[in-house]
Amino acid sequence: MAMHSWQRLGAKWLAGLIPLAEAGVHPDDCKVTASLAITDAPLPPLLVLPIRQHIGQACAPIVDAGDTVLRGQKIAKSQGYVSTSIHAPTSGRVVKIEEHAIVHPSGIGMLSIFIEPDGEDRWLEKLPAMADYAQRDPAEIREQIRSCGIAGLGGALFPTFIKLVRDPNHRIETLILNGIECEPWLTCDHRLMVEDAPRIVAGLKILRYLVQAERCVVAIEDNKPDAAAAMREALKQAGCADVEVRLLPTIYPQGSEKQLIETITGRQVPAGKLPLHIGALCENVATTAAIADAVLEGKPLIERVVTLSGDAMPKPANLRVRIGTPVDYLLRQQGLEDLHGVEVMQGGPMMGERLRHLDAPITKGSNGILAMRQQAREPESPCIRCGHCVQVCPVGLMPNELASHCRNDRFEESEAFNLFDCIECGACSYVCPAHIPLVHYFRYGKGQVAAIRRANAFAELSRQRSEAREQRIQREREEKAARRRARSAAKPAPSPVPPKAEQP
Amino acid sequence: MSVVLMPILVLAVAGLLFGLLLAVASKLFKVEGNPLEASIDQLLPQTQCGQCGFPGCKPYAHAVVSGEADVNHCVPGGERVMLQIADLMGVEPKAIEEEPSAPMVAFIREDECIGCTLCIKACPVDAIVGAPKQYHVVIAEDCTGCTLCVEPCPVDCIDMLQTPELLEHWSWPLPGTARAELAHERKYGHA
Repeated sequence: MAMHSWQRLGAKWLAGLIPLAEAGVHPDDCKVTASLAITDAPLPPLLVLPIRQHIGQACAPIVDAGDTVLRGQKIAKSQGYVSTSIHAPTSGRVVKIEEHAIVHPSGIGMLSIFIEPDGEDRWLEKLPAMADYAQRDPAEIREQIRSCGIAGLGGALFPTFIKLVRDPNHRIETLILNGIECEPWLTCDHRLMVEDAPRIVAGLKILRYLVQAERCVVAIEDNKPDAAAAMREALKQAGCADVEVRLLPTIYPQGSEKQLIETITGRQVPAGKLPLHIGALCENVATTAAIADAVLEGKPLIERVVTLSGDAMPKPANLRVRIGTPVDYLLRQQGLEDLHGVEVMQGGPMMGERLRHLDAPITKGSNGILAMRQQAREPESPCIRCGHCVQVCPVGLMPNELASHCRNDRFEESEAFNLFDCIECGACSYVCPAHIPLVHYFRYGKGQVAAIRRANAFAELSRQRSEAREQRIQREREEKAARRRARSAAKPAPSPVPPKAEQP
Repeated sequence: MSVVLMPILVLAVAGLLFGLLLAVASKLFKVEGNPLEASIDQLLPQTQCGQCGFPGCKPYAHAVVSGEADVNHCVPGGERVMLQIADLMGVEPKAIEEEPSAPMVAFIREDECIGCTLCIKACPVDAIVGAPKQYHVVIAEDCTGCTLCVEPCPVDCIDMLQTPELLEHWSWPLPGTARAELAHERKYGHA
């Protein structure tokens, strides 16, 4: 059953032979909202803010039901290092704090803070602005970015301040602004670059000061020439002539952090390592704009641009939405009332999550809400060994082998085929002529491996506890015996009364 | 005469020498415990629940190795552990008799607890804290859900609660396609 070492070696070697240049797919880009200006979404009657909107530990609420809050007020503070705070998107009253549906494939809810807007939208006194950031300590600026609750808005939601360290062992050489937006339908980053390029450039300058990168690249796909022109113009205005705007050929999944770094620097981020380890830093353009807001104006992250689109959306739009706005409210705003035969998802069609509860709120990671006509799924048929998935995998994995291992619960083998390097981009499932739900198998495999690891760790802990208990019982027994011996030694004459049984 | 005596003598001396060598080696390189037993113990979930009919995971591992018990008695381990043990022992897998229940954790209704310490003594992993005539409480994250504390409680104040499914621990189910089900059937569906 177990895999031989030579098989493992062969798998690694074969994976290395696959030319990465051809990896990726070309789905129809369907960017129907590309020319629509960003408009403000109205305030909903109730905002719902889940206490975890980033990768890492959940926040702890610092308000109670009945409290009044102001726009920008911190309502949940970060716990631990990998965490970032959450702020009130508008002024109003905290109605309750209880579990509510979120966008998650399990349908499990999360503790959320409910805010009823009072309509006044009054700002709290903002954090001190740092227009003179270039004279300040980088640690102070990082703290500002942290307390403004900024996480990667591209969708990964990694707390941004963690990436902005000056590590003497790993100097950042290349700073990459990610304006790729390779998912079909989505245009929120595109519109932000067209309309708000100066803000992005301001953020870029802050990032550059923080990490002292020598080379800066703004990466944009060649289907967005207007965004590239706007960025070039803004860079010229801001006096950043040495920042390069690179137009890259449109291919999915170019916008994935590790893939983009490889395209720009020619270096691969090793498995299990961070971009930092090869001297690269990659930030999404929307995150960069949010950094500019946080540092230059002291504005926390309380709104984001969301693309509402899809073939079943009556009025597609790019909306600036307050975090916490329920999705069904936005759908009604865009004229989508009848949801019969419509599937709503968050994110793009390649990697997005289907919404199980439409009252789930927009969070920091919601880059798009798509309403798609339901399509019949083709049944999965046997793999015909065409190798197409192997060709398109941007990480150079062998999805065909991996899926077969995961399907048959051969987790040791699937780990040997580097299951955990899969970025779940969905390129393999997209091209598979046998309609094998490859990514679904990989997610299943990853979940099972994680569960087995957790169970093993718990078993090890239980073993230790049970062994410690046995040792303790043994020790107590010996001590008792020793005491008994000592007593009988002190009393040489045998007593006629039998020794009383000891009380437990 | 020496033609007959010499070989006998040489063989006797050689036999004696090798015998000594073996005796010394068996003392020097003695393996404590049975390594097979240890690796089976590694596979077991360490709930120490006794559902296999043995007083803990290690005794069950011993019983499997010595042939006293079958490979399919670990209830919380389920199919996966059974298959692994069968693989290690080199025997045919056997269908498990009882499906593992959902993960449980013991909970003491404190207002009813009389502080008798009987559950503390029963807990195989020391996951209950308390003192005589004081409320006892279960350390939920250390509880293996073995239910051994439920029976000794004289006032019946211990409940087994299902552990809530955590968002962080949720994992994707197998795709619901016919081929995925077939693969699962092939792997686990033997009778």
